[in-house]
Amino acid sequence: MADPNKVDPIHQFAITNVFSTGEGGFAFTNSALFMVLTVGLIVIYMLGSTARRSVVPGRAQVVSELLYDFVANMVRGAAGSEGMKFFPFVFSLFMFVLIANMFGMIPFFFTVTSHIIVTFALAMLVFVVVVGYGIYRNGFKFFKLFVPAGVPAYVLPIVVPIEIVSFISRPISHSVRLFANVLAGHITVKVFAGFIMSLGSLGFLGFLGASLPLLMTIAITALEFLVAALQAYVFAVLTAMYINDAIHPSH
Amino acid sequence: MESETPVATEGHEPIDASAEGGAVHATTEAHGGEEHSGAFPPFDPSTFGTQLIWLALAFAVLYFTMSRLALPRIGGILADRKARIDGDLAAADSARQKTDAAIAAYEEALATARKKSQAIAEETRAGIQADIDSKRKAVETELSAKVAAAETSIQATKTEALGHVAEIAADTVQALVTQLTGSASADEARKAVAAAVKE
Repeated sequence: MADPNKVDPIHQFAITNVFSTGEGGFAFTNSALFMVLTVGLIVIYMLGSTARRSVVPGRAQVVSELLYDFVANMVRGAAGSEGMKFFPFVFSLFMFVLIANMFGMIPFFFTVTSHIIVTFALAMLVFVVVVGYGIYRNGFKFFKLFVPAGVPAYVLPIVVPIEIVSFISRPISHSVRLFANVLAGHITVKVFAGFIMSLGSLGFLGFLGASLPLLMTIAITALEFLVAALQAYVFAVLTAMYINDAIHPSH
Repeated sequence: MESETPVATEGHEPIDASAEGGAVHATTEAHGGEEHSGAFPPFDPSTFGTQLIWLALAFAVLYFTMSRLALPRIGGILADRKARIDGDLAAADSARQKTDAAIAAYEEALATARKKSQAIAEETRAGIQADIDSKRKAVETELSAKVAAAETSIQATKTEALGHVAEIAADTVQALVTQLTGSASADEARKAVAAAVKE
């Protein structure tokens, strides 16, 4: 950015080629780079910290074990012990979203989860897994999911379509929630940071005035760290709950 | 250049844009665009393909390393630790039970010993008592036998003495009467004495 006054809050979401074999060919973009970095960090950390298999764990191993226990308890709490079949899946999703979000908090880093296609693909993956496993395990009974128990028959014509629509809109809400939180947060931080630049260049009073957006930027950055962790958690919890529906469709 | 206003609008427009994708083009194009000019990057379909491919690759790698390597390993570590802790707890528990048993055995032995000693003391005391009793009884019987014998001899002596009384009296009477009258038969004296004794 040559001109400090010209801050583009959208620029951070642009996808650029790190290298490519030309138009229509193989392309390794910044998004791909950060997906690989995210996965690489998770794999290296999870395997590296547990390589010694200590009975009395060191710090790094404790973090891995805490993450394991955290997600395992989440899955067991939402989907029961049968849901533990999907524990690696939920764990992978949680870690991927968490680390991708956290990478996004580092300046100049690309945020993988700020692209709707990524979060939507993950949500669709969950949706397909839920529907696929639900039908595989329960057969026709899976569709009991749309017929809540204890509802009088004359209400069913209203309730069933609502249930179906809400079920089908799950991947949308699931993905847009994560995407919108990350996107909006990053834009907000950039916009307030942009105010610092614009006000700071307006002389002494502007310099003083710039402290206000500076404080805002700091506060919002802290909030964004919370959101980054929270949205990863929400994404994983919802996944676990949807998986619970696949296992126990009659709710 | 533009100073404050464009920044502000830039900040707000994309948010509107995410609602209604139309305004997007204007904003990004105004900045001369990047490689993917013309669209708000997160909604630019030309990037979807590569993103999906790389996401699929990255997530597949992640899923397989997590499910095949990392998570079973951590699960194993946790299970090992749990087994070890449980084992240690069980060992501690059995040790405590052993201690309890030892204490109970000791107390039982103590109680038995105490009971035994009491029994011995009781027995000894009873033996001594019996001994004393029998000795006393023997002495008493001996004494009472002696007393009885003495009483019998006294009685005999007395009876004997009393038996002699009439004779002496008769003798005395005969002597007196002889002194007074000159003669007296022993039979008469005896009769007189017996009559006097009867009165």
